[in-house]
Amino acid sequence: MAREHSARDDDLPVVVRSLTVAYQQRPVLKDVNLSLPPGRLIGVIGPNGAGKSTMIKAILGMVPRLSGEVRIFGRPVAQARREVGYVPQRASVDWDFPTDVLDVVMMGRYGHLGLLRRPGARERSLAMEALEKVGMADFARRQISQLSGGQQQRVFLARALAQDARIYFMDEPFAGVDAATERAIIGLLTDLKARGRTVVVVHHDLQTVREYFDWLVLLNVRVLAAGPVERVFTPENLTHTYGGRLGSLALLAGAQPPARRSLGGD
Amino acid sequence: MTASLVIVAVGALVAGSAGLVGSFLVLRRMTMLGDAISHAVLPGIALGFLFTGSRAAPIMVLGAALFGLLTTWLVQALQRAGVQEDAGMGVTFTALFALGVVLISAFAGRVHLDLEHVLYGEIAFAPWDLWLVGDVSLGPRALWTMGAIFVLDLVAVLLFFKELKICAFDPETASAQGINVTAFHYLLMTLVSITTVGAFDAVGAILVVAMLVLPGATAYLLTDRLSVMLALAVGIGVLASVLGYLLARATDTPVAGAMAVAGGAVFAVTFVIRLLRQRRRRA
Repeated sequence: MAREHSARDDDLPVVVRSLTVAYQQRPVLKDVNLSLPPGRLIGVIGPNGAGKSTMIKAILGMVPRLSGEVRIFGRPVAQARREVGYVPQRASVDWDFPTDVLDVVMMGRYGHLGLLRRPGARERSLAMEALEKVGMADFARRQISQLSGGQQQRVFLARALAQDARIYFMDEPFAGVDAATERAIIGLLTDLKARGRTVVVVHHDLQTVREYFDWLVLLNVRVLAAGPVERVFTPENLTHTYGGRLGSLALLAGAQPPARRSLGGD
Repeated sequence: MTASLVIVAVGALVAGSAGLVGSFLVLRRMTMLGDAISHAVLPGIALGFLFTGSRAAPIMVLGAALFGLLTTWLVQALQRAGVQEDAGMGVTFTALFALGVVLISAFAGRVHLDLEHVLYGEIAFAPWDLWLVGDVSLGPRALWTMGAIFVLDLVAVLLFFKELKICAFDPETASAQGINVTAFHYLLMTLVSITTVGAFDAVGAILVVAMLVLPGATAYLLTDRLSVMLALAVGIGVLASVLGYLLARATDTPVAGAMAVAGGAVFAVTFVIRLLRQRRRRA
C-alpha cells in the first residue's frame, strides 16, 4: 500500500485536489481530495444525494467546478480524453432513438476519430469485438428500443470497451440489471483489472461491495474515507457516511461475519 | 419555369431544409426551442432592413443568425440562473418577437416590409420577385436563397453527422470523449435560425414551426435509422409542399397555410397507419 501512495502523482490515474461543486449556491461536493491507484476496481459509495455521479462528472469536466483541480494521469482532463471511458446511467439516454446496437457501440470510437472522419471497417470490427465480450454480438443489428434493461447496460459497456481507455468511470452499471448481465459486468471488470485498467464504479448496494471491489471511496458531499476495502469498509466509516442510519451497520455485519472480530480494532 | 413550379419548388426547399434541421430538434426534444428561435429572429430581420434598407439575403441571414444565437444563449443563461426552462424560453422568444413587431410597425413606412408579410409569408409572390443583377434576371430570388440555405444545411449535416448524432443521443458521453457538445448545440441552433429566415420569407413566422416539426416528427414514426429518417423528413417536406399547393389551388386559400395543413395531414395519416399496424401485430 505504502508503495502506491508514494508513487508520483503523474503516474496516478486520478488525482483530485480541493474540488468543490455547487448547483445554484447549494454545495454538492465540498473540498474533495482524492488519489486513485492504478489497476484497481474502485467503488464509490454513499447515500442518495451524496454527489457520487456529480463527482465523476466534475472529474470529467462535464459539470462546472467552483474550485479545485483534477489530473488524469498527470494531465488536465481535456488533454486526457482518449485515456478515459465513461458509462453513463442507463436512463440518461432516449432508448427510442433511431439507431441500432452496433451503431451505439461504434460511438465509442468517435473521440478517437476526431472531426470529419467517419467510422469505417476498423471501427466496425472493434465494435463487434466489444459486443462479443459482453455476449451481445447476435444483437448487433437490433434496434436499441427492443433491448431489455440488462442488454442496454451491456451495450453501454461494449461501447466503453470499444473506446479502449486506461481508466473507466461507470455510473451505477449494476442498477436494475438481470443476473446474466451482473455476471457479464463482473467478468468484464475483472478482465479490465487484469489488463491493468482502472475502473471507478458508482455503486449502491452495500452487500456486494466486498465481492466486487478492492478499493473504496466513501462519499457524502465530502470524502469520508478512501482506501483498500478491507481497511475502509468498516461500520464506523459507514455510520459516518450514511449519517448513522440503521441498516447500514446491520448490512455490513451480515455481509462479512468475520469482520465482527475486528470491530473497533481498526 | 412556370409560376406554380416556382411556388412548389420554394415550398419544397423550405420544408426540406426545415425537415433536415428539425429532425434533430425532434430527436433532442427541443422543437419548442426551434419554435422560440423562429420567432425570436424577427428583430434581427427588422434591424437588418432598418440599417441597410435592403432585403438582401446575406444581411437577413446574418441578423437572424445573431438573434438565434442570442435566444439560445438567453434560454440557457436563464435556466442556469434558476428559471424553469420552458418559462425562460417563453419569456425570451415572446419578448424578442414583440420587439421585432414593434420595430417593423414603427418603421414600416421606411422599409419594404410589413407585418402581414412577416406573419403569413409571401410564397405566392415568389415567382415574380426576381433577382436582378444589373438588367439581367437570374430568376426568382427565393429559389436562390432557399436553395443556398438547403445546401448549407445539407453540407453541415453531412460533415458533422456523427457529432450531431451522438450529441442528440448521448451528450454526456459525447462530452466525456471531448466532443464540444455546446459548440454543436450552437451550430444546430444557427442552422435553425438561418433556415427560419428563409422559411419566414416563404411561409411566415406562424407556420415556420410547422415546417420545423412536422417532417421530422412524421419521419421519426417511419424508420429506425437516423440517416433514413433525415432523408424521409426531406421527402415528406417536399410531399407536403406539393400537396399543399394543390390544396390551395383547389380551395382558393393561402398557399403557406395549405402547405402546413398538408404537412399535418401527412403526419396524421402516418400516425394512424402506424397505430393500426401495431394493433394488428398485437392482435
